[in-house]
Amino acid sequence: MFDALDDLLWAYQDLFYGLGVNAILGLSMYAVLALGQLSLGQAAFMGIGAYVGAVVTLKLGAPFILTLLAAAVVPALAAILIGRPTLRLTGVYLAIATIGLGEVLRIVYLNTAPLGGALGLSGIPNKANGWIIYGLLALFLGVSLSIVRSRIGRSMEAIREDEDAARVMGIDVDSYKLNGLVLSAALAGLAGALNAHYSSFISPNEYGFEAAVSILSFAVLGGVTTPLGAVSGAFLLTLLPEVLRPLHDLRGIFNGLIIVLVVIFLPKGILGFRVRRTG
Amino acid sequence: MSNPVLEALALHKAFRGLVAVDEVSFSVREGTVHALIGPNGAGKTTLFNLVSGLLPVSAGSLRFLGQDITGLAAHARARRGIGRTFQNIRIFASMTVLENVMTGMSRRLRQPWPLVLLRGGAAGREEATAKQRAHHLLDLVGISEQADRPAADLAYGDQRRLEIARALAGEPQLLLLDEPAAGMNPTETAGLMALLQKLRTDGLTILLVEHDMGFVMELSDQITVLNFGRVICEGQPEAVQHDPAVVEAYLGPKVAQRLLAAKAVKNPQACP
Repeated sequence: MFDALDDLLWAYQDLFYGLGVNAILGLSMYAVLALGQLSLGQAAFMGIGAYVGAVVTLKLGAPFILTLLAAAVVPALAAILIGRPTLRLTGVYLAIATIGLGEVLRIVYLNTAPLGGALGLSGIPNKANGWIIYGLLALFLGVSLSIVRSRIGRSMEAIREDEDAARVMGIDVDSYKLNGLVLSAALAGLAGALNAHYSSFISPNEYGFEAAVSILSFAVLGGVTTPLGAVSGAFLLTLLPEVLRPLHDLRGIFNGLIIVLVVIFLPKGILGFRVRRTG
Repeated sequence: MSNPVLEALALHKAFRGLVAVDEVSFSVREGTVHALIGPNGAGKTTLFNLVSGLLPVSAGSLRFLGQDITGLAAHARARRGIGRTFQNIRIFASMTVLENVMTGMSRRLRQPWPLVLLRGGAAGREEATAKQRAHHLLDLVGISEQADRPAADLAYGDQRRLEIARALAGEPQLLLLDEPAAGMNPTETAGLMALLQKLRTDGLTILLVEHDMGFVMELSDQITVLNFGRVICEGQPEAVQHDPAVVEAYLGPKVAQRLLAAKAVKNPQACP
């Protein structure tokens, strides 16, 4: 019985790990969307985490815990740099600025020889495992749920609903937005490093516009009323291509169709219920 | 004479070429209800936005409790003790009524976030006290039975009362009310009047914009009249309502002259 389970896990190991990593990316997106911001920089932050993590492991031979720490801290610092000037931008403008970040980084990776250029980095040791990935996911999900139910969650929802009204309640809207972006960058960076340490190979094109949109769609499908939404959205959209394998090239269309239908018929996402915002 | 809570000194706000607030000075004394009145477009709401910090001033200065607040951001002013409501109701529609009020307490909830996330001990007690106070405030404005309903479902007058409860939740020293009686029926207006009188008795200072003149005249201690962004008159209610400049601003020069001729306006030139 356990042998059978082992076989199953082995056959579907990448999918199993991918589900957890994508769920962390969903939470990362949630941290931004829950404040009413639209960032398309999550893939870029994920890329920074993946490259930093890979370099720390490959070139410095550091223990995995340090790798993960660096993969969270460096994207967070990048978020501070890009967040200070761009968080004044709202709506599509922030989205465009963050797309820019992703494109700039992609070209930097492509043209930096020590980072492998277009070939990327390979031979990254498989240090991530189910315990680490799902342990971190459980931790982040628990903290997120605790946040939304506290006064911090109330402030976040207030900012999403009406920034000016939130300001006159004494809520420091700008620092909430910056903290949200920094936190989301750290989560995306961790997800990137975890991904690099089970797929053993990373390349510049994995963190482009397409990845940014698919991370966004995790949270859009799940809805921004509860972090559980982002996690379920990530699970669904990661599993779907596997289930739809017989459709071959039509799979991408199916994914897009689902997002369109959700936006039209379930604007609050598949998990549109609200968590109480009182402790 | 009590101390001024708020002093505006030559406040000026221009939107490109349009001067919305022009060299406006006034001061609001502690424990009074001070009304800002004037025809539509006189600059009352812009003035509110300048005082609450949602708009930066073009020139002039603001002092609150003796300290300069001209350069402070809106949230910092709220933390110093300036609360406000909005003319076009801006409750948080997706939240419950109770959560709206608790959000208004943001500046009063001080427990550090790690404790808040663990929700135990002092943070848990703080949240429990906040909930209790929120219920009490809903009681005060008379909508406590609606505490757990989504705020969007409230009737219009109740949404106005919720906005007042939410603003009071921050325990402000100065409360800015932008047309609190708009859209209320006479019974609701009377209830609001009683509430504001009680708040004043409790020591709250109120700066009020309102178009219901009966309401303004009965409630206010001091009235500043604006027209085209300028102060055209300031004084106590009896003086202001008989000032020819005020009558003219509201009714136009023709009617004003007829009223003056018929001696319907008593004591002209009441306003210096």
